[in-house]
Amino acid sequence: MPLGVLAVLAVYFLLGLGRDPYILPSALINTPVAAFDLPAIQGEIKGFSNSDLKGRVSLVNVFGSWCAACQEEHGFLMKLSRQNIIPVYGIDWREADRKAGPAWLKRYGNPYTLVGDDPKSLGAIAFGVTGAPESFLIDKDGVIRFKHTGPITHEIWTKKFSPIISELRK
Amino acid sequence: MKRIPHLTGYLAAIFMIFAELQPAHAVNPREMLGNDLLERRARHISKDIRCVVCQNQSIDDSDAPLASDLRVLIRKRLVEGDTDQEVISYLVSRYGDFVLLTPPVKGATLFLWFGPVVFALLGMLGLVLYFRRQKALMKRGDTP
Repeated sequence: MPLGVLAVLAVYFLLGLGRDPYILPSALINTPVAAFDLPAIQGEIKGFSNSDLKGRVSLVNVFGSWCAACQEEHGFLMKLSRQNIIPVYGIDWREADRKAGPAWLKRYGNPYTLVGDDPKSLGAIAFGVTGAPESFLIDKDGVIRFKHTGPITHEIWTKKFSPIISELRK
Repeated sequence: MKRIPHLTGYLAAIFMIFAELQPAHAVNPREMLGNDLLERRARHISKDIRCVVCQNQSIDDSDAPLASDLRVLIRKRLVEGDTDQEVISYLVSRYGDFVLLTPPVKGATLFLWFGPVVFALLGMLGLVLYFRRQKALMKRGDTP
């Protein structure tokens, strides 16, 4: 009997070891996007606020020019926007200076419908973000339905995002 | 004559070592509020909010940029008239209970809070049963 208990606990804790403690379960799944209103980045006219997220299934992506993994995912976001699959909104998070984000987008292309400048993490905190990149699927009613931590790849997109998007569009 | 080192000398040396080890304070003077009472409330809240980047530090101790932004946000909300509880609820609604360094006692955390007590009691029960059986065995061995 005691050995059985030990075995059960051991399996439970071993499974726990395999988890990445930095991937937090989002408390925000199935809750409406919190109010935020970010100004435009330099060179753009319109910023990005929570009221932009109503009426369509959309993707919110938190990035920064300082973030290497964001660069890795950038090509895929460009593809998404070229193929017009889903509106992609960007939160340009914590740039060291206001020119860095716009310069980065100029250099690698701008996949975003709207980009908000977020030097004080107000947008990032509204989405419970802990690191970049993080991406969120928002449904037509402005409710957060899915969160992905880390760069989106083609494989992750087809496996995780696509099925949820088709579900949300029904 | 042999000189006995003075106890106070040792103590002073030990004190100096530990004084060096004091954590540098993360709260930037620029973040602080002019209002003493609000600042104290902000510090009090920050001490129990986990830095989600560094995880085992509070945002009060952490140098992470996000921790600094969270401290500023807490202060902004206090200035705008939020109660402590409202500020904490906002952060929990964004990051979940995980953001609290002292997790709340509720259904999902009962095991976390009382699991250790339950296991300690089970262990003791096991020991008691074991020794009882040993005793019983020894008695039986005594009488042929």
